[in-house]
Amino acid sequence: MIAQYIANGLLIGSLYACLAVGFSLIYGVLNIINVMHGSFVVLGAYVTIYCTLYLGVSPLIAAMIGCAVLFAFGYLVQRHLINEVVTAPIFISFTLTFGLDLLLNNAMIQAFTATPRSLILNYGSVTILGVSLSIARLGAMVLALVLTGLLYWLLRHSQMGRAIIAVRMDHYAARLLGIRVEHIYAITFGIGALMAAAAGAAMAVVFPITPLLSGVFLGKAFVICVLGGLGSVPGALVGGLALGLLESFGAVVFGSQWSTTVGFALMILVLVVRPSGLVGRKGFE
Amino acid sequence: MNARPSITVVRAALALLLTGAVLAFGFSANNYLLQAGTTLAMSAVLCLAWNIVGGFMGYPSFATAAFFGLGAYIGGIAQDAGAWLGLAWLAAAAGGAVFAASLGSVLLGLRGHYFAIGTIAVVEVMREVANNWEGLTGGAVGINIPIVPGSPREVGIFFYLVMWGLAAITFALTAFIARSKFGFSLRCIRQNENAARMVGIDVFRAKCAAFILSGLIVSTAGSIYASMVAFIEPKDVFNVLLSIEIPVMVMLGGAGTIAGPLVGAILYIFLKEVVWVNFINFHTAILGIIIIAVIYVVPRGVLRLFQGPAWSKMSARLLRPSRADRAP
Repeated sequence: MIAQYIANGLLIGSLYACLAVGFSLIYGVLNIINVMHGSFVVLGAYVTIYCTLYLGVSPLIAAMIGCAVLFAFGYLVQRHLINEVVTAPIFISFTLTFGLDLLLNNAMIQAFTATPRSLILNYGSVTILGVSLSIARLGAMVLALVLTGLLYWLLRHSQMGRAIIAVRMDHYAARLLGIRVEHIYAITFGIGALMAAAAGAAMAVVFPITPLLSGVFLGKAFVICVLGGLGSVPGALVGGLALGLLESFGAVVFGSQWSTTVGFALMILVLVVRPSGLVGRKGFE
Repeated sequence: MNARPSITVVRAALALLLTGAVLAFGFSANNYLLQAGTTLAMSAVLCLAWNIVGGFMGYPSFATAAFFGLGAYIGGIAQDAGAWLGLAWLAAAAGGAVFAASLGSVLLGLRGHYFAIGTIAVVEVMREVANNWEGLTGGAVGINIPIVPGSPREVGIFFYLVMWGLAAITFALTAFIARSKFGFSLRCIRQNENAARMVGIDVFRAKCAAFILSGLIVSTAGSIYASMVAFIEPKDVFNVLLSIEIPVMVMLGGAGTIAGPLVGAILYIFLKEVVWVNFINFHTAILGIIIIAVIYVVPRGVLRLFQGPAWSKMSARLLRPSRADRAP
């Protein structure tokens, strides 16, 4: 029984990690809290669901289309709207993304209605060590982990990744070295949106998704990033897995209606005791 | 000799004029306008209260809805237990202050994004608690509160006057703070907290005092709101949107000024009432557009638009607590 809770916790936790890592990246590099993140997750899920339904492509291809769409969307939003306020006080950028989120979310409710939709995949299930897991959910978990790992590798080893880290460390110096800072900002925002879309596609396998859930996803991203430490990939991974396990066991101990409260309460505790997060290291890889 | 009237006379005349306008409006308006006027007064109170923490002190607080809901629930539960109206409001004020003191001592150590996230989390936690603690709060279905006796019109005018009374008190308090040593400390903290500490300001005490004052006022407004609508539910009074709307109103007018929150609230409520009724399905989208427009067009507030040469004397004196900037 405990093994089942651990398995469920890790499964949800890896989706959470994928959900939070894009949010964390945007925060780390642009110093912006992207309130639209929850809506990005929902939009990514919807693009994936609609592509499987109407284009008849396989879910994996559909998820890739979702990621590509959201990357382009994120790039454009950052390049043309948010770039104006990157250097403004945090309150300004925060409120701006909040305004954009209200707009995007209202548009999604009008376009897709608030009816929950999910990606129904019947691939059967497997039982390992007495723990029963659906193959579709395992696939979602693998997708989430692979993308998170890929992002980590990209930031450490690709030229683009090093440029992102350089901008994060010192954007004046990066500009002097010939890095196009505005372009890097937009790319970073695009990657953040892409990770949100991937998380959305994976989430759609596990829960029904509706635009009304965007606030919940945003809340999870907050909690995970604070738990693990804002602005790092390993931090998001640790925070995501921690929250997944916490919710899985918290539901047993306190009852499932308290799971959000337990997460937020823990977050406030971590904020106060250890603001740099559990992994706690400054700088991004 | 100076032929122009002194600024004190101008201010007194302005205050009299405003009071007259508010009273005249209250007794002549129809029910819809009376409702809108009361909403405006409540928004003004919340804006002025937020401005103490968010404007003067420069801490991006999103805790407005937490205090508002707390006040509404304390007031509502007290009234349901048979407490007299004024007593219920006092209880809410005290509860708000105590909660602000305990919350502030924890959260005010955080800065920037972390403070913003922390305050938003508090709103979420409070809503969940109100939703789930059915024994005390009645859970997600909400609670009914005894209706104030009298005809709907009398009750409407009563709450209109109470809200404007609270707004007047809060405004006077803001004007007082802006000129006091306390207000000066808050502005120092906004500019550079470490430097403020270096020059001998008790930073922690000043921050806590501002947070408590703000929380107390917001809780009181929440309890008055609860008695007015006679029914509250968690998703209504612990609404994160309220936490965002209020700072946007203040920004619209001009954060960190005395008149800014008031002007911002008036403009925003007017805008909302005019636009909202025509696009009922798109109200959050319109709110979003207003926010985006404020940030791109008037990031420092509309009042500061009038700081051209012609306006500079007048607006500079009305807006900037100039003496206190130099003084203590």
